[in-house]
Amino acid sequence: MLIYATLAVPLVAGATAAIVPWRRWVGWMTTLANGAVLALGIGLCADTVNRRPLGALDGGLRADALSSFMVVVIGTIALLAALQAIRYLGAEIERGDSSARHASLYAVLVQVFVTCMLGAVLAANLGVMWVSIEATTIATTFLVGHRRTNGALEASWKYVVICSVGIALAFLGTVLVYFAALHVGGHPGPVHGAGALDWASLMVVSRHLDPGVMRLAMALLILGYGTKVGLAPMHSWLPDAHSQAPAPVSALMSGVLLTVAFYALLRFKSVADGALGLGYTRTLLVVVGLGSLLLASSLLITQKDYKRMLAYHSIEHMGLIALGAAAGSSLAIAAVLLHILGHGLAKAVLFLASGEILLVEGTSEIAKVPALLSRRPVLGGIFGFGLVALLGLPPFSLFVSELNMIRAEIAVGLGWVAAVSLVCMAVIFAVVTAHGRHLLLGDAAGAAPLPATSRLVTVPLISGLVACALFGVVAWPLQSLLHAAARVVAA
Amino acid sequence: MTGPAYVEVLDLAAGAVLVCAVLTLWRRDLRAIVSLLALQAVALSTVAGVLASHDHDAALGVTAGVVLLAKGLVIPWLLRRVVRHDPRSREATPLVNVPASLVAAALLVVVAYLASAKVTALLPSTASRLAPIGVATLLVGFFLLATRRKAVSQIVGLLLVDNGVALVGFLLTAGVPLVVELGASLDVLLVVVVLRVLATTMHTRFGAVDLDQLRELHD
Repeated sequence: MLIYATLAVPLVAGATAAIVPWRRWVGWMTTLANGAVLALGIGLCADTVNRRPLGALDGGLRADALSSFMVVVIGTIALLAALQAIRYLGAEIERGDSSARHASLYAVLVQVFVTCMLGAVLAANLGVMWVSIEATTIATTFLVGHRRTNGALEASWKYVVICSVGIALAFLGTVLVYFAALHVGGHPGPVHGAGALDWASLMVVSRHLDPGVMRLAMALLILGYGTKVGLAPMHSWLPDAHSQAPAPVSALMSGVLLTVAFYALLRFKSVADGALGLGYTRTLLVVVGLGSLLLASSLLITQKDYKRMLAYHSIEHMGLIALGAAAGSSLAIAAVLLHILGHGLAKAVLFLASGEILLVEGTSEIAKVPALLSRRPVLGGIFGFGLVALLGLPPFSLFVSELNMIRAEIAVGLGWVAAVSLVCMAVIFAVVTAHGRHLLLGDAAGAAPLPATSRLVTVPLISGLVACALFGVVAWPLQSLLHAAARVVAA
Repeated sequence: MTGPAYVEVLDLAAGAVLVCAVLTLWRRDLRAIVSLLALQAVALSTVAGVLASHDHDAALGVTAGVVLLAKGLVIPWLLRRVVRHDPRSREATPLVNVPASLVAAALLVVVAYLASAKVTALLPSTASRLAPIGVATLLVGFFLLATRRKAVSQIVGLLLVDNGVALVGFLLTAGVPLVVELGASLDVLLVVVVLRVLATTMHTRFGAVDLDQLRELHD
């Protein structure tokens, strides 16, 4: 029941937004629906922690602790994004940049997008999961191009083409896993039909899957889903799409879509680990993870645009998550999941704040937006604390998760990887601090006092930051959920 | 279908999928490229149909019909409408010229056979030994995508990649489960629709569907 409701609520909200013309209350309704997703996600967590997974639709849908955790993450970010969308779309219509019809399309596509992500994490079948993740690309393309500028058009073209190719590779990987499952040990295996792509039955036979086929499959899956995660070498769509999309969409894409794709990798990793042992997937993840970190740290230096800066920051964090998953122990996966939540919250807050800055300042160039903290103290403060969270400073949860990932990496003999990632993080810290200093501090002499930022903007963002800080300080009730979810896929 | 005829038709159809892919590198006329894509879909659907009749697999038979309908008719129709709007519908200056592209295609076929050796070894059968052809089609599609500057060529490259994956799926596993297959076909169709809308927007804005117009975002 909970599973059906989780999928139905956002979809019904989307359908309603499609039927009635755009009004402010439509925005509040989608907010309410996404809030309900969060509540249902918490309900799913309560039902699945340390219990058997819930099933629905004749075994087609399944929720275990890991899926439930992901539903909570999706619900949280979708709630924040929907709240900001009310303000964002309202301002756009006011300025005449957009029509009510356009706003309706936006609301519908966002709800379809959220439903697709929920479908991906609740699907029992890895093929259906693939279909859902590919559907997120389709739903988000027009959202990326929402602003209808040439830059937005270019970004959406790149986004669809690169992500579709990547996801096609992931499909080939999925086909190969299916092939391996159908022919366990060269004979028709114990699983057949759609069951051979069910992750629970794959986990049962994982030890007997052909290693040669699984090696090729896993390489394709990491390359393919890695494209959607934004990992090097298939990351090039990400800075464009995240900087061109409207802020609430960037928040959703950066805050959850990347990690939903990573969720797919975690599922496949646990199957592949059974067939191949830990070493193979670990090596691949270390390569793409370190590649992403090095890339992000070198390209962040030259960024002049604060939205692009945040986008490259996402590549960095996806790299860190990949390295954490490479370690693969229960501690590491729990830290990865906490990082998924913490990064989602912090990045969503930052993108949403940056959308507000863009709205009131009219530019996304760092150089043209100085001394935000003295001119707009609340908005600047949110952006500043968001950056502090994202850079991994206490008390925010990213500090705890990064620390635990590094501890886990050292514990499994990946000390050198931890060392390289620390160096990259130090470089990024210095660079982002420099950018942030210009944006937030600096001289604002002579500037006229500005109207205060609306509470509709500030209250949700401050709550997001407070939540991110609380998860870093208080273990309960997240700890048991994280460990239950980590046990599902940890080695 | 059984016996030598089965083997021959299967070989021929799978071979045709790859030949169509390589020919898209050779032709510059975008209309011809779209026709090749339609022809490839027919060959792909033949592979699925032959396997379905050989294995008496109803689900695969349905898949063959869906492939023919979606990739053989609807998608080429959508693409032809983009091409018709663009008077300069030739791939005039690909990043890699045609002879070099064909040499690259030959190399990619070799790579495909080397890469899929492990896979064909698991289950040596008439169908699975043809799987490298699918991988080769995928790689050629990749190459087309990376070296061509016309929007339509890129869409075709994407579809070649997709057809290559579908061919591997048919040959190795007699198709993924029907629900997944239908979902995947729908996704591909929607991606093409989305890309067509973007291409039309490009056309109204720049007067050409040329990716060289898109040069705003970079680092």
